[in-house]
Amino acid sequence: MVNEIAELRIQYLFTMASSCTQLCLQGRNLLRSKAVARTWQYNTQVRHCITRGSSKILNDCSINNGNHTTTQTRQRWKQQMFCYSDLATKHLATEALENKNVEENSTADVVAYKSPLLPIRDAVSVPNMPLDLDAAAEVSALELISEEEAVSITVPSDIPPASISLKDYVDKSETLSKLVQLGVDLWKLEQRPNVGSMLLKLDFNTDVAPRLLFLKDIGVDESRFGHIITQNPFVLTESLENLHSRVNFLKSQKFSPEIVASMVSRAPYILNFTVKRLDNRMGFYQQQLKLSASNTRHILARLPRLLCGSLEPVKENLKVCEMELGFKENEIQHIVITVPKVLMANKRKLTQIFDFVHNTMKVPHDLIAKFPQVLNCRFMRIRERHQFLEYLGKAQYNPDLPNYISLERLVIMPNDVFCTELALAKSADFSLFQKTL
Amino acid sequence: MATPAIRMFRKIEGLFCVYKPAGVHWKLVRGSIETSLLKGLNATPSQPLPTEVRFLALPVSEAEAPKGLTLSAASVPVLSKHPLVTGPEFQNIKVGVGHRLDASSSGVLVLAVGNGNKALNNLYNTRVTRDYTLEGEFGTATDDFSHTGRIVERSTYGHITKDKLERVLAMLQGANQKALLLYSNVDMRSQEAYEMAVQGLLGPDGKSLPILTGLRCIHFEPPNFTLEVQCINETQKYLRKVVHEIGLELRSTAMCRGVRRTRDGPFTLQDTLTRDHWAASDVIQAIGKKRSSKKNSKTQTKDSPLQPSEESTTVNQMKPVREQQ
Repeated sequence: MVNEIAELRIQYLFTMASSCTQLCLQGRNLLRSKAVARTWQYNTQVRHCITRGSSKILNDCSINNGNHTTTQTRQRWKQQMFCYSDLATKHLATEALENKNVEENSTADVVAYKSPLLPIRDAVSVPNMPLDLDAAAEVSALELISEEEAVSITVPSDIPPASISLKDYVDKSETLSKLVQLGVDLWKLEQRPNVGSMLLKLDFNTDVAPRLLFLKDIGVDESRFGHIITQNPFVLTESLENLHSRVNFLKSQKFSPEIVASMVSRAPYILNFTVKRLDNRMGFYQQQLKLSASNTRHILARLPRLLCGSLEPVKENLKVCEMELGFKENEIQHIVITVPKVLMANKRKLTQIFDFVHNTMKVPHDLIAKFPQVLNCRFMRIRERHQFLEYLGKAQYNPDLPNYISLERLVIMPNDVFCTELALAKSADFSLFQKTL
Repeated sequence: MATPAIRMFRKIEGLFCVYKPAGVHWKLVRGSIETSLLKGLNATPSQPLPTEVRFLALPVSEAEAPKGLTLSAASVPVLSKHPLVTGPEFQNIKVGVGHRLDASSSGVLVLAVGNGNKALNNLYNTRVTRDYTLEGEFGTATDDFSHTGRIVERSTYGHITKDKLERVLAMLQGANQKALLLYSNVDMRSQEAYEMAVQGLLGPDGKSLPILTGLRCIHFEPPNFTLEVQCINETQKYLRKVVHEIGLELRSTAMCRGVRRTRDGPFTLQDTLTRDHWAASDVIQAIGKKRSSKKNSKTQTKDSPLQPSEESTTVNQMKPVREQQ
């Protein structure tokens, strides 16, 4: 007889539980559609109620000795269903309301909803129950708590302890949000190893702000801050005395303040190099190229990256210019002063362009040295334009003869200007010609 | 949600062709196209940031009770969706290449983006003919048949005249024609073969040896000469070998100075984009133009894939030969 009643009640619970799970799932979907950062009030409410609810169940169960194995398992399942239903009702109540002062209202509603389930729970006797529920369940979720207790509840944060991306932290961290507002590309920086965690650990007011003020004092434009930090995030961890000493060193080398500002904004890694290293580099350029101090300054102002990268490629490029290409020293000096980028260009590209210009276009060394922009250009461009001029019969690069075309104008001009002025043809003809090459 | 970038991507998906310059590996061409398309896609204006309501603590003055939580609701933009934090919307796109061109050849290179890759596969599973222009030079033979290889042999070429060359070309064409009929898997004596021949549907199905369906000399000035070739299933190295063999047949030697593809299936030189026009907007225009021209050509008479183009007349000469069989 008792078994039959128990079975009936179990069946009733099945139906209740299934409807509760459906409601619970709906509730969970509603939860997901909301934004990730929920108000802490909701969180505390839910967690507190869950802990209270499930613990009350445990307190109620009286430990009886019995060998009802099947009923045991069924009742354990029932217990879990109760916890589930607690959760469902709680969430439904909080979702439905959307109020700020949720405490009183939600508890009231939930209490009312809970009542049909209560008598069943109390009626069924629970025999020997192994504790397989969460141990954190102690107090019933339905008890009203005072404001002080609500305040003192610790909120477990929803920030993951470890993540591969900074976007989980950007809303919570003041430093990261201010950096994004400055224009720093966090996505690029988080791909570099360890930079992401370094940025997270910075504090905006003590670390970032003084360095930004320092940059502003030097004269760097505020719109460049994002670019500088994206290129060189370690400027935020460099000590301020070092930064000052490096800038003072540059100023002592007679670089004007505006030039120092532009160098810093174009090659931000300068600020991380020691004064000795910067001095070595400048000395190297002065000695190797045998330039005067003002010319060296001019080159470095135009291409500050020369101070940052390694010196080996520069040495190799100089050797290539001297031996393979056969330029004399004064020619190399002139080339470097006009187009400093030749020092950092790709060797293979350099030799390819020179080979074409010297051997195919038959331009002598001194003319190339006079117009070094041709060494900086894309090889395909030079080739196509030369072949077009040759086809038209206008490929004349000797300044003594009439109809002379300077190398500089050949490479610098954009396509339509080249067509109309140099080749005296239409751009459509040039594209047709390109398709016959 | 269709952001402007996604809408632009829908327009980019399709087939278009590009003029590949000589001296450049086709992978570099594909890479530059992909970079320029990505640049165009990520340059579209981004969506405004979603906002959410957050409870921010107001600065509490000293006089108020420390326990009282004065929170105010504020609508704050969610920075975790900012493009500087999530990265650009498109980080790579699938750009597929049609029949490849090796580094020293130039010409029409068909590319497909996104969903267009399916159409590309279908196109190359059908019988697609290609037109090439081969520039040859008599007098030298090299190891890889091109003018940049190591010279193996030199010979005289003074005895070569145009009609000798034409005779050799006709012989080659005949041999290729036999191969065409052989690979078409139809019994030559049947009515079916005749009907297929009339419509121009004779040909190998799928992979087979390269077959030249048309061969013609368009310029002859010893030592240089230019051939125009129509072929199926070929590689550029095979075409250079053909030039070499022509030299051998004429009892001299020849090497190939340039291989240039002028047509790949329905894509001709007119539709190609040159280097200056590899931006996303030009590509969209080219795709649209090609699609509309295909629609127009479909409403007109149906063209079979082996239909000869107006340039080559030799293929027309093949038809009466077939009918006699």
